[in-house]
Amino acid sequence: MSELAWLDAALIAARPQALGALLRYFRDLDTAEEAFQNACLRALKHWPQNGPPRDPAAWLILVARNVGIDDVRRRSKQEKLPPEELVSDLEDAEAAAADRLDGAQYRDDILRLLFICCHAELPATQQIALALRIVSGLSVRQIARAFLVGESAMEQRITRAKARIAKAEIPFEAPGAGERAERLGSVAAMIYLVFNEGYSAGGGEAPARAPLCDEAIRLGRLLLRLFAGEPEIMGLAALMLLQHARAPARFDAAGAIILLEDQDRGLWHRPMIDEGLALLDKAMRHRRRGPYQVQAAIAALHARAARAEDTDWTQIDLLYAALEALQPSPIVTLNRAVAVAKTRGPAAALAMVDELAPRLSGYFHFFGVRGGLLLQLGRSEEARLAFGRAIALANTAAEAAHIRLHLDRLIKDSHAEGRVDPLVC
Amino acid sequence: MLYAILCYNSEASVEAWTKAEEDAVMARLHLVQDKLTQQGRLGPTLRLMPTTTATTLRKGEEPLIIDGPFAETKEQLLGFYIVECESLDQALETARDLAQANPGAGGYEIRPIRAFQPGGALR
Repeated sequence: MSELAWLDAALIAARPQALGALLRYFRDLDTAEEAFQNACLRALKHWPQNGPPRDPAAWLILVARNVGIDDVRRRSKQEKLPPEELVSDLEDAEAAAADRLDGAQYRDDILRLLFICCHAELPATQQIALALRIVSGLSVRQIARAFLVGESAMEQRITRAKARIAKAEIPFEAPGAGERAERLGSVAAMIYLVFNEGYSAGGGEAPARAPLCDEAIRLGRLLLRLFAGEPEIMGLAALMLLQHARAPARFDAAGAIILLEDQDRGLWHRPMIDEGLALLDKAMRHRRRGPYQVQAAIAALHARAARAEDTDWTQIDLLYAALEALQPSPIVTLNRAVAVAKTRGPAAALAMVDELAPRLSGYFHFFGVRGGLLLQLGRSEEARLAFGRAIALANTAAEAAHIRLHLDRLIKDSHAEGRVDPLVC
Repeated sequence: MLYAILCYNSEASVEAWTKAEEDAVMARLHLVQDKLTQQGRLGPTLRLMPTTTATTLRKGEEPLIIDGPFAETKEQLLGFYIVECESLDQALETARDLAQANPGAGGYEIRPIRAFQPGGALR
């Protein structure tokens, strides 16, 4: 670690708490961000000399508040404070300030900061970009790289998103219990969006986008530290850890998709799996089932199977049925059909899948799964048609290439033994 | 005399380390550990999972189970156990037994271990 890497890490770690408090204080995102930025510059100057303060977030909040007030005054052409003076008095003030800032308020500050990024009028991609910029503090360049777009395009996207939330009313009052739960739900969904933006990337893109998964996991842990007793937040963190643990095994060297059942399980990231399983274990104790916990439980069954053939498909089928009840969706049913194919055979699964046709006629995975089932049933001509539709609907080059493999196999041997693509890969 | 050296740091900061930083820190720590091993002085070393995985059992007439780490500052860390458990429930059962044997104030934080090295010297 370079000499100042600890300082970077400390600033990144303190950011959500400090920026959240500054937003409450200044009631304006740009002012809060600018003040925080200034405080960071001062930290870069003072911390290497004096060592890090006992509570970096409290230090940054105090300095940023003073600098911010100073800026506001200067703008309104009023008397300005001498900046060095306020920094030199800081060490004494810091201890007292840290005591005054109590945990509960911090919690709502950070939740608010995350919540403004989930504004309902913002499209998902803007929510994600905003959260990465504001909460995680990633640079526009880093975000642009992860989204595979140019820097100026990303700059515009973030500016537009900020303009939109500036017009919206930011809720500054401390939320009631019901409202807090609602915000927590929106924030959890947004964090999972960040995760999926990274996770659903194709093979060639995966390395550039993997930081999105890491960042989502970091945000998930942050949220869980604030809401330590929420089983669904435990479930969300567990789900992301269990899925991301498979990252080193999901693509081959050429960037082609490796199916879950073909992955080298020795490459799976063991500490992430263990952490995910521990969190799920914690969540289960609450006996308050929710969609993230159920999905994490499904991922856990895959993680627990030492070999693909050890997978407990019966249990996975039951969990998908539970998920269908909690969160009815044709995509969940499609996933369930994959488990059903393993437990009750391809004909039963195909019957389930065909019922979904009207609702999933524009969905890549629908045709991929359907083609796989038809193949297993020896209906190769229909399988070929389904795979053709899938290729036309593929979202990434890796998806298309993967289906093409099936087609090639079909051409080679019209009675090839087929297989069903599990969506979790 | 045996000494325990307990590691404290900001968890959020450690989570913000890049992979390269994490690897560099680990490499430097291993150098220190290797020296201790050669001198025959190193006992068990371990790294805990994040505090988000912690569950706390507060002693009392009816022990209270709380999600998260032991947060009170009125009590001090006096010791610890390393126990093989099949599940969190089993770990909590063990903590209950300990609480019954030593009732009163305080509690037990139950935290899964991320990495454990038994160490050569003290086995």
